[in-house]
Amino acid sequence: MTTAYDIAMIQGQPEGDDSVPAIAVDNLHKSFGILKVLNGISLSVNRGQTLAVLGRSGTGKSVLLRLIIGIETPDSGSICIHGQDIAGLAIDQMGRIRKRIGFLFQHAALYDSLTIAENVAFPLEHHRRDMPKSERGDRVKQLLAEVGMEGDFKKLPSEISGGMQKRVGLARALALEPEILLLDEPTAGLDPISSGEIDDLILKLQREHQMASVVVTHDLHSARTIADRLTLLSEGEIVIEGTFDDLQHSNIGFVNEFLKQS
Amino acid sequence: MPSAVNSAAGLFNGFFEWFGSLGIFSWNVLKAAVTPPYEWRELIRQLDEVGSKSLPLVAMAGAAIGVVISLEARYSLSRFGAKSMFPATLVYSVIQVMGPIITGLVVCGRVGAGIGAELASMEVTEQIDAIEACAINPYRLLAATRILACILMLPLLTLGTDACALLTGWFAQTLVEPLSFQQFIQAGFKGATFNSFLPQTFKTGVYGMIIGLIACFQGMRTRGGAEGVGRAATNSVVLGSLFVILADVVLVKFILVVFP
Repeated sequence: MTTAYDIAMIQGQPEGDDSVPAIAVDNLHKSFGILKVLNGISLSVNRGQTLAVLGRSGTGKSVLLRLIIGIETPDSGSICIHGQDIAGLAIDQMGRIRKRIGFLFQHAALYDSLTIAENVAFPLEHHRRDMPKSERGDRVKQLLAEVGMEGDFKKLPSEISGGMQKRVGLARALALEPEILLLDEPTAGLDPISSGEIDDLILKLQREHQMASVVVTHDLHSARTIADRLTLLSEGEIVIEGTFDDLQHSNIGFVNEFLKQS
Repeated sequence: MPSAVNSAAGLFNGFFEWFGSLGIFSWNVLKAAVTPPYEWRELIRQLDEVGSKSLPLVAMAGAAIGVVISLEARYSLSRFGAKSMFPATLVYSVIQVMGPIITGLVVCGRVGAGIGAELASMEVTEQIDAIEACAINPYRLLAATRILACILMLPLLTLGTDACALLTGWFAQTLVEPLSFQQFIQAGFKGATFNSFLPQTFKTGVYGMIIGLIACFQGMRTRGGAEGVGRAATNSVVLGSLFVILADVVLVKFILVVFP
């Protein structure tokens, strides 16, 4: 049965309004075997907002992003994208939601047999089949220019640096003009200058596109630069959520320790 | 003793878990294959990858088999005074028995390992997740196209193997005892009908399905970095070859019953 939501998706209309959070996660639980990764996580992100998810390694930050985009399924709890609960959605319905979400993987996950330009063109080739080839080429050039990667179109991912791969991954994530952007460790493994450049790039893109963003990071400096709010996870639970000032003025021992070590 | 029981139970569980997962995987691939959008461009790329790039290998294998059968058959038939049966013996043994199975095993080695390693490498580097995150069904883009390419190309490659085997078989014979190619073909195919050869050639489509399905399944369920990639490639070839041989047993009986 085709729902009003489906029709809105097919017609490309914005679903819901700004009063509905772009991402709403409620009481999310996820385990892998006996290992409990997420234990009752709840959060929401509105259009134009950026939430940074911080925490030690193995606290389920990346799993949270994979659950939001539907690559993993939660044990319990709900995830709503623009008010639509994604639990139990058929693969095609989930596909329509994913078209509105851009995802930057931790190691960029570029297709290693395709050139940089082909990587960025990949989502367009599959979802904008009616787009003329010349227009698609222009769009790829525009996206690569937006992330500062003009002139390297024909290189393979193995021929560029880690920072450049992240930029290309970001261009690919933006190809379908998403309303939500999920970034998994965008500055991990980069030198401070490249990290700063990626942060500036993310800020610029957020200003221009007004997306709802969730950024998973270890990098407190980066989180402070690009996020409106920060949430700190420990052992699958949220320890604190608020602005950077809220974290700084917290009297929770783990928060103070995390800030001190970062 | 309890540890032996536990390990036996673990093996038993693993066996059924593997077949259960394969069943679910097959169902997902089937659903993806029959629903649009169809990935024509990827299918054509895979037809080239599986078909034209395997042709030299199966042609060489066919050529070697032709010479071997020719030498063996001439020797055996001479002992029983049945040298006149040589063309038919060569034609029937190549087309009905050796051509299909040799093609299946050679393609399993080349294509099965290639698909298994490629998809496993994509899996461990999150490239398959990235395809999914781009709202593209990986079962449709990666698995269905490769399996379909294997199904379509195996019968054609088998024809290539057969042709090379007959050619070199005849050539090896004619070096010892001159026989024109026309006479060889006429004698070899005398009394043959389409039923004598077509089912044996088209059964390789089933081999193709097995090779593609197992390689895609092993590749897309890989865990554990470079070691996992190696394991996926090995398992694709070992399990693929094993199931091709087992399928041959069933298909030979099936063809004998349905096309007597």
